[in-house]
Amino acid sequence: MYSSNEIIETINMISQQHLDMRTITLGISLFDCITDSKQRTCDKIYDKIMSKASNLVKIGNDISSELGIPIVNKRISVTPVSLISAASKGHLEIIRTLDRIADETGIDFLGGYSALVHKATTPYEREFLLSIPEALSTTNKICSSINVATSKAGINMDAVALMGKIVKDCAYLTKDKDSIACAKLVVFANAVEDNPFMAGAFLGSGEDDTVVNVGVSGPGVVKTALEKCDGDLTEVAECIKQTAFKITRVGQLVAKEASKRLDASCGIVDLSLAPTPVIGDSVAHILEEIGLESVGAHGTTACLAMLNDAVKKGGIMACSNVGGLSGAFIPVSEDAGMIKAARIGALSFDKLEAMTAVCSVGLDMIAIPGDTSADVISGIIADEIAIGVVNTKTTAVRVIPVYGKKAGDTAEFGGLLGTAPIMNISKYSPSKFISRGGRIPAPLHSNKN
Amino acid sequence: MKAIVSVIGKDKKGIIAKVSTALYEMNINIEDISQTIMQDYFTMIMAVDTSECPLKFDGIVDKLNKLAKDTHLEIHIQLQSIFDSMHKIDTDKKGL
Repeated sequence: MYSSNEIIETINMISQQHLDMRTITLGISLFDCITDSKQRTCDKIYDKIMSKASNLVKIGNDISSELGIPIVNKRISVTPVSLISAASKGHLEIIRTLDRIADETGIDFLGGYSALVHKATTPYEREFLLSIPEALSTTNKICSSINVATSKAGINMDAVALMGKIVKDCAYLTKDKDSIACAKLVVFANAVEDNPFMAGAFLGSGEDDTVVNVGVSGPGVVKTALEKCDGDLTEVAECIKQTAFKITRVGQLVAKEASKRLDASCGIVDLSLAPTPVIGDSVAHILEEIGLESVGAHGTTACLAMLNDAVKKGGIMACSNVGGLSGAFIPVSEDAGMIKAARIGALSFDKLEAMTAVCSVGLDMIAIPGDTSADVISGIIADEIAIGVVNTKTTAVRVIPVYGKKAGDTAEFGGLLGTAPIMNISKYSPSKFISRGGRIPAPLHSNKN
Repeated sequence: MKAIVSVIGKDKKGIIAKVSTALYEMNINIEDISQTIMQDYFTMIMAVDTSECPLKFDGIVDKLNKLAKDTHLEIHIQLQSIFDSMHKIDTDKKGL
């Protein structure tokens, strides 16, 4: 039997501190759906995903009811579509099929309208990339991610230049909805193959046929634990570790049970602390609890580095397989503390870039002025990707140049995507650098200085 | 299935009677029971076995939610495994 304190602790984590499972993401390989006919490829994709995932939402809800813990999203990730559609050139037909599947299964998001172009872009992949604005502006639940660099291949600057234009096109095509298509598009360096989080989820080529990956949440639980901690930073780190352990154990339990019921292999638990815009569910507020007047103050990067490391250390013992993006997320629009800090000017774009060097994942859900040029967006991408490539970590860019809005205005995305104050960025142009194209060679991985 | 029923609320007469009656009516066996007063709140923890209950788990949750509303108490039922996983290190082999 447990002590009352243990039972009450668990119940309070869920009912008052917003502990939840952010997502059960069912990864489904589409390699066996490849044909040279557009129609047959789509039919096979439909049959395969529906046969594996038609019960996903129900199973997620059942587990949620039995454990008494919310499972906020049920998601599907698939093999990067550019690989599946290359033989038939049927990517536009596939997007319609995936959209229909997302509606019929009742899932929240489907990720994998993706391409891996970290070394070079084939002519077909270029055609595929150019279809992203249409794909994201005519669907609600489909997400797209593009890997433009790895630490071993370097940075494909032609793709970086193209992605700047594509982000702008996405913004324009959804100009009536605060350019929301950009919130469903991520540009990666060192993309991971087992990420359950959107918009960057896809199922990598090295993965099993069907895999359950789970993403936990729980910044509110960490903050509440820290409220009782008066010790030095060693004790703070210890407190974060112990809390992360408990959170992750639940993730492991959910992953095991979901994979059993879905007849899929049990993939990974992603240890990320994922915030939501709800008060009490903020990563920024954890940093402030550690002792910053506001996130964005000098000292923020150090606090975040410690938080990120302690979350991993606590989580790693709690489950058999850790993967995905695992760390602390700092999406601006999805975190009440980040939104406030950006609004009062405490948190700058440049500070966010520095923070991404020590945490997962990158410049995430940052709204920038609508008149930002494609070259400047490519410059933003190049900077962030370089941080990932040189430091051998995953980084990503999900910025939203909100059409018709300027710095100081606010963009509303709704739901988990939240609200974003539009942030100031540098006025100076990187155009000549971006227009050179080519590839930035892979960095040296010794003589680390 | 082994589950934990937790009841939290302002102390008053008949709480144990009402909750155990509801469990009895669903053919749920109470295997252990403990209660304390924490911060002026009545807290009761029951370890139960639902294997002979004819309802599905969400049916049990619905019944207890209704009882919680009628009695102004907070009542949760959760499978034991969530507490095992959070508070014990060596029980990972068990499923739900």
